[in-house]
Amino acid sequence: MENTVLRIESFSAYFGDNKILKEINLTITKNIVTAIMGPSGCGKTTLIRCVNRMHELIPGTKVSGEMFLGSHNIYSMEPILLRRMVGMVFQKPNPFPTMSIYNNVIAGYKLNGIRRPRDEFDNIVEQSLKKAALWNEVKDSLHRKGTFLSGGQQQRLCIARALAMNPEILLLDEPTSALDPKSTAQIEELFVELKQNVTMLLVTHNIAQAARVSDFTAFLYLGELVEFGPTEKMFTVPKDKRTEEYLTGKFG
Amino acid sequence: MMSNCKSPAGIDRSEKRFTWILTASGAFIVVLLIAIFFTLFITALPAIKKFGLTFLISKSWNATAESFGSLPFLVGTLLTSFLALIIAIPFSISISMFLGEYCKEGAISNFLRSAIEVLAGIPSVIYGLWGIFLLVPLVRSLEMQLGIVPYGVGILTSSLILAIMVIPFSASLGREVISLVPGDLKEAAYSLGATRFEVMKNIVIPYARSGIIAGILLAFGRAIGETMAVTMLIGNSSFLPTSIFSPANTMASVIANQFSEATGIVASSLIYIALVLFLVTTIVNIIGNYVIHKISIEASKEVT
Amino acid sequence: MEKQINIRLFKDTLFKGLVCLFAFASALPLFLILYYITKNGIAVINWDFLFNLPRPIGESGGGIGSAIVGTIMLIILSGVISIPFGIATGIYLSEQKKGKLSSIVRLCVIVLQGTPSIVIGIIAYIWVVLPLKTFSAMSGGIALSIMMLPVIIKTTEETLKLIPYHLKEASLALGVPYYKTMLKVILPAGLSGIVTGILLSIARITGETAPLLFTAFGNQFMNLNILKPIDSLPYRIFYYAMSPYPEWHTFAWGASFILVVFTLVFNLIARGISAKWKTQF
Repeated sequence: MENTVLRIESFSAYFGDNKILKEINLTITKNIVTAIMGPSGCGKTTLIRCVNRMHELIPGTKVSGEMFLGSHNIYSMEPILLRRMVGMVFQKPNPFPTMSIYNNVIAGYKLNGIRRPRDEFDNIVEQSLKKAALWNEVKDSLHRKGTFLSGGQQQRLCIARALAMNPEILLLDEPTSALDPKSTAQIEELFVELKQNVTMLLVTHNIAQAARVSDFTAFLYLGELVEFGPTEKMFTVPKDKRTEEYLTGKFG
Repeated sequence: MMSNCKSPAGIDRSEKRFTWILTASGAFIVVLLIAIFFTLFITALPAIKKFGLTFLISKSWNATAESFGSLPFLVGTLLTSFLALIIAIPFSISISMFLGEYCKEGAISNFLRSAIEVLAGIPSVIYGLWGIFLLVPLVRSLEMQLGIVPYGVGILTSSLILAIMVIPFSASLGREVISLVPGDLKEAAYSLGATRFEVMKNIVIPYARSGIIAGILLAFGRAIGETMAVTMLIGNSSFLPTSIFSPANTMASVIANQFSEATGIVASSLIYIALVLFLVTTIVNIIGNYVIHKISIEASKEVT
Repeated sequence: MEKQINIRLFKDTLFKGLVCLFAFASALPLFLILYYITKNGIAVINWDFLFNLPRPIGESGGGIGSAIVGTIMLIILSGVISIPFGIATGIYLSEQKKGKLSSIVRLCVIVLQGTPSIVIGIIAYIWVVLPLKTFSAMSGGIALSIMMLPVIIKTTEETLKLIPYHLKEASLALGVPYYKTMLKVILPAGLSGIVTGILLSIARITGETAPLLFTAFGNQFMNLNILKPIDSLPYRIFYYAMSPYPEWHTFAWGASFILVVFTLVFNLIARGISAKWKTQF
């Protein structure tokens, strides 16, 4: 199991008395894209917010079961240190409005008070923006505020910001749901390129996107992991009836 | 990789300290207010013990006889404030209707809005100064025409200046309240062929009524606490006013006029007045804000 | 039918006319006040008036130098006291939207905002002047800072509430501790609103006189010691206005002109900042 990045073992999450994730077992291997899909309210966003322990920021939530990031037990380490090892991209692009593009990319270092020599930061910024396919568009305006960028560019800036921290895994919470089709296509292309070096966990309600981008797919329904397997296989011969109904548009 | 940043334990400590500072400064405001109340209460205690609640209805304020009652100032305060509100209300409601209904945007409404804002920003002492040189002669000539003692200063003069001072405050509250009236209600009335006046009279005003009353209450709270301009224009008299032309004192102005020379029981009595003033404005503010808060919550519910 | 409609339309026009009339009549006092201040005030303003100390009646050439310095000192003093507390409480309220303590704090802010300035003057007198046995700039600064607090708290709370939650999430997801997120991401994003609030609160207290009557008191000499009585523009205006001497009355107008310029400048800067610096999300 050298290649395992994230291991989820009989994991449940609660919101008040509501059990929104039920005994999930899931293993994510290195350098692939795993899509989590399911109708809205099925708990897919909750699941990835549990990976970097953002879920517990909401009052009245609790979890049971275990998650491992490599050899670290996620729920017995400091959330702050955990979150530095796990990158996250949100539904709406959220660059820091008071910072320049340059500072946005290295925000993870700056805000955490991690110091690096100037040229190392320059290098991190360039590499991260290149990985996020944004370098050519912004290399001449690195010191302008990030908010003048288009929505798609802003989202790529947020991806660069997450990549700059060299995360073990990148969580993507419906990253294209606020974007136009063209920007969505660009970002999907980017994911395909990125997966050579980065492990990604992609939440999407868009079945076609899961099919286009992911290697593995997990189908969640009402908090239950119904089916997990190679994307191609699941989309052609789904094992569970509920998966088939979802894929054929019977609900969701 | 995390070599030069704080250890989790250190972060935890800073985190706790930060939350503690925030909570402490929140609690500090509560402590401050409680401390204000008890400070006033304790320093007023000699006067409270000596005069009790009859302080509020006794009309003699006599330093040599050491007998103190605040009735002249209560009456002075209520008279000036009510008179000021009666003068101010037509103006402030007109402004709120003009800005909230007739002319919401454009150069004219921007002009009026800025003028009102500047008016609100002019210091009380300048209103007082202006009152001395414009209102006092005006009122004096009016008094001469009416054949009463031409003091110039007095309740009427103070009410006029107070009215000018509360107009901006109550107008901005009124505009807020009128803007909360749901647009579809008005549109429904217009679609039935109502004129603007009828919509105002039958839809907007009844709907905004509780908010308008709360606004008037808050303006009243403002007026009774207003000090400097009134102090300069009311004539500093400790006798029960007999007409709206009489010189008098309000609760705030008697403190401003007499506190710096007061000692012993006089000071204590003045602080007793301050305590009453503090309690009244507190109650008025709590009620007024509660009503406004409630109707704005209701309005936001209706929108969604 | 026709006639009735005409009556209705007439009423409508009449009402509209009355509303306009009353609305614009309310702006009239502003122009009268500005006219009086300018007409009576501008003539006395010159370098001597701005820099000289007040002189006894009979001697010409007195000025308001000490009052200007005193007002600036009072602003600084009260700002130093109230800004940290105000911002901290504002953050507290914006973070604790529900909860018992925070709703009590909110209520207290409202009550504090409505508390008459003269009452706050008495409080500062009892708390500071009595123990120190002297009127002082310090006591005046404390009184004014109590008046600034509610304004700063309110604007900080309102500003921070408008900052989207996803910004906080972005920072937390990078492993930034909560306190650093608040101080380095949320507070800078709301800076323009908070600075606007501070400037508005300064504009509010610059002209306050009542709390200074028994605290900072007034001083015809130049004083830079915060434990000694200090002069201020509004107090000087009051003092000159209540005097029987016409020459001092013109001084009062001159000082008023300067005071109005002060408050207008603070208001204008505040507006400019909230328009120009506004953070876009």
